Amino acid sequence: MTQPFDLARLRQDFPMLAQTMRGKPLIYLDNAASTQKPQVVIERLTKFYRSEYANIHRGVYELSQNATQAYESVREKVKNFLHASSEREIVFVRGTTEAINLVAQSYGRSKLKVGDEILITAMEHHSNIVPWQLLCEQIGAVLRVAPMNQNGELLLDEFEKKLSPKTKFVSIVHVSNALGSINPVKKLIALAHARGIPVLVDGAQAVSHLPVDVQDLDCDFYAFSAHKLFGPSGVGVLYGRTELLNPMPPYQGGGDMILSVTFEKTLFHEIPHKFEAGTPDIAGVIAFGAALDYLATLDGPALQKHEAELLEYATKQLDAIPQLRWIGTAKEKTSVLSFVLDGVHPHDIGTVLDTEGIAIRAGHHCAQPVMDFFGINATTRASLAFYNTREEIDRLTAGLHKVVEIFG
Amino acid sequence: MSDLRELYQEVILGHSKSPRNFGKLEGATHTGVGFNPLCGDKIHLQIRVRDGVIEALRFEGSGCAISTASASLMTEALQGKTVAEAEALFKKFHEMVTTPMGQPIDDAALNKLTVFSGVREFPVRVKCATLAWHTLHNAVSETSETAKTE
Repeated sequence: MTQPFDLARLRQDFPMLAQTMRGKPLIYLDNAASTQKPQVVIERLTKFYRSEYANIHRGVYELSQNATQAYESVREKVKNFLHASSEREIVFVRGTTEAINLVAQSYGRSKLKVGDEILITAMEHHSNIVPWQLLCEQIGAVLRVAPMNQNGELLLDEFEKKLSPKTKFVSIVHVSNALGSINPVKKLIALAHARGIPVLVDGAQAVSHLPVDVQDLDCDFYAFSAHKLFGPSGVGVLYGRTELLNPMPPYQGGGDMILSVTFEKTLFHEIPHKFEAGTPDIAGVIAFGAALDYLATLDGPALQKHEAELLEYATKQLDAIPQLRWIGTAKEKTSVLSFVLDGVHPHDIGTVLDTEGIAIRAGHHCAQPVMDFFGINATTRASLAFYNTREEIDRLTAGLHKVVEIFG
Repeated sequence: MSDLRELYQEVILGHSKSPRNFGKLEGATHTGVGFNPLCGDKIHLQIRVRDGVIEALRFEGSGCAISTASASLMTEALQGKTVAEAEALFKKFHEMVTTPMGQPIDDAALNKLTVFSGVREFPVRVKCATLAWHTLHNAVSETSETAKTE
């Protein structure tokens, strides 16, 4: 049951949006770092802890069975959200970072060998660089990087050229966190698959802005975090195609991921449980289910339209500041506004905006190679979500004019 | 706004726009490199010490208004001071920028450096204000260590 788009009404679903910061109404523009939570998520979390809490999977008592059912039902919600073919392909992890590390260590270590190449792009977050560097050190594989242009767009020809007979894995970001660029992942996956190379897509920045269909994309792995999708922190998802997940060795050993243990031999559980050792963030997963339910009540296309209009409006408003230089001007981009102001350090911008109640991010955004590419140390980044308003953009613009006034 | 004026006082803005003692130093006896991984700010500090007295010090690097002004004002404040006096001043400076708002600060001997007292309202910026001082501390203690091994 989708509701007609009513921004004022929708904002009331998010209690944080009514808070103040430094005595001013909070303007939260750091959604690429994390999103705020709707009341239903907060309520689900507390209700579970208050009246439903028990550990999952092993208890014969009713509470545990109910908790197990609530937890497992979220797997189906995630399956539907990603359009996966089976909930067995949905592995709960702590976040995108852990999902990528899981694939690097389990798939990478068991399938790749000395001299094999792993291809990533020039716009990856550190979490899609470092796990592969660790793997390369462990097994003697080589990390290759597909370049981008000055707009922050991946160069398709160059990407294809980097796919060599030695390339055994491709791991690419769907949407860049520092630039907002949307990569044509479907095309990239087709190029890799034509050469028999499996592909992981880092979807951390994509899921809150674009509809994702893993079967249509035809990706082998897809990773994202619940906290960037209006859910709790500490929960993430790894989607993996059954054929790939099945033969993969466990990532961590422990309880819950086994069928039987003797000191001689351990039989591992089937997927996805094989990859979920130890007690997970039960309440977090269940509350994440509430976030997915909540999102399903919203009018997706209307939200996307609102965000696109907001991005266009914000780009125009900020463009009028002569000292501003954009970092990330891809034709296809999400609502990420990353920029530098001549002669003003991003941290000074961040502090001035902070006193105006505006939360933005100043820094390298865990994408230092992206900063190096543009020859800068840091950018100022305002990243939007569907709950942001034109009035908030106006206050950001006014705040930036004030920055220029102070430091200009 | 008053917090902001308190933080970005005219002296700080002036020093950040035209930092004093910026550039290379001839005949440096001590050098230090400071790095703030949070923002990528870097400072390269060169000091000339003779008989325990800081004769000259200059710095290079890029940073925010707070860290640049702090480095600039530090180089002014330490000219002619002994290394021990410099370290004592660092301690006082550090105390000032980390004293919670509302509590009195001991600003004796800090002179011009008291312009950084507004940083207290912005704890995340304390690192910016102290980067140059930490670099100084490392530069002078590194040499004492080297001296030991010789």
